[in-house]
Amino acid sequence: MGMMEGRWEEGFVTTTLEHAINWARQGSMWPMTFGLACCAIEMMATGAGRYDIDRFGAGAFRATPRQADLMIVAGTVNFKMADRVRRLYNQMPEPKFVIAMGACTCGGGPYYKYGYNVVKGVDLVVPVDVYVPGCPPRPEALLEGLMRIQDKVRAMKELTKGRPLNLPIPKRTGSVMLPDELVDPAKALEFQTQNKEKAKPAKA
Amino acid sequence: MSPADIIGILEERFGPAVTGKKLDTIDPWVVVDPGRLVEICTLLRDDSRLRFELLNCISGVDYLETDPKKAPKAGFEPHMEVVYHLSSFTHRHRFVLKLILPRWKDGIEGQLPELPSVSGVWATADWHERETYDLCGVMFTRHPDLRRILLAEDWEGYPLRKDYEYPLEYHGIRGR
Repeated sequence: MGMMEGRWEEGFVTTTLEHAINWARQGSMWPMTFGLACCAIEMMATGAGRYDIDRFGAGAFRATPRQADLMIVAGTVNFKMADRVRRLYNQMPEPKFVIAMGACTCGGGPYYKYGYNVVKGVDLVVPVDVYVPGCPPRPEALLEGLMRIQDKVRAMKELTKGRPLNLPIPKRTGSVMLPDELVDPAKALEFQTQNKEKAKPAKA
Repeated sequence: MSPADIIGILEERFGPAVTGKKLDTIDPWVVVDPGRLVEICTLLRDDSRLRFELLNCISGVDYLETDPKKAPKAGFEPHMEVVYHLSSFTHRHRFVLKLILPRWKDGIEGQLPELPSVSGVWATADWHERETYDLCGVMFTRHPDLRRILLAEDWEGYPLRKDYEYPLEYHGIRGR
């Protein structure tokens, strides 16, 4: 920077294009209006005056996925809705980010065992960037989740140029058996033993 | 009008169609024959002594003990019940109708038990019957539009039946 130092008038800053784009992008994360259950109330509280998500540039809740960068999945996703969630996600322009807000979207929550129609975590439907646990999470927690998204945006190294962000859908959430393991007792046993191995404390 | 009087009116008018009753409960009820349900409901709504203008709810109940050890002690044979809760604004009284149905029509698994729709008597019954059909698997004949109301249209099974098996997969999404 030495040769540029002091050459221009005061208040003139040099930066990289990537950094400038990331700075602009993280300061204008437009979320989609997407409330599914009680978490939506907390999302609304986050948007309202007391917590004011607008301070972080994410207050422009858009009523269409085509204008949104961020999908806050706020509430229980059931199978009937899951198709729509995926469709809405596909309609969003790149780069797009997903916050799974609340216990239900993180992994089924209270519906994990007996919810016949509840998706056991929205990461089975769309790739999730940030999980915000809680039932429902406090507005501060959602703001924290938004800030983690902003960290992620700031760290974006490549100008993606229309290439999809290579985010895989996780195959497994926590210690959940996959359908073939549920059917086959041998595989189920193997999974359980592996799970116990993982749960053991690491030896010093 | 007391529940005993209401049952008296029904027994006088329909006689053998009233197949059972219980008076010493909070909500006294009668069991009626599904074949004459629409007639009975029309009377309950239109008779000047009864005037049940409001159908509060239609509920489906599945009586089935899935644990074979407990089944002999359960105290009931496997069957379905459909319960109608009625209220009258005019006379400020309430009443309960019950219908006892087999779990499957003719004992063939997959054939839903049938009973006539009362959506012609109370318009409210339309959606209540759709819900009962959706979750409990009871077929309401002559219903104007019997589709699933809560679950997806291509859903398989009736979730509030005791022997319902949870789906492993739906549209490529893992179920459990």
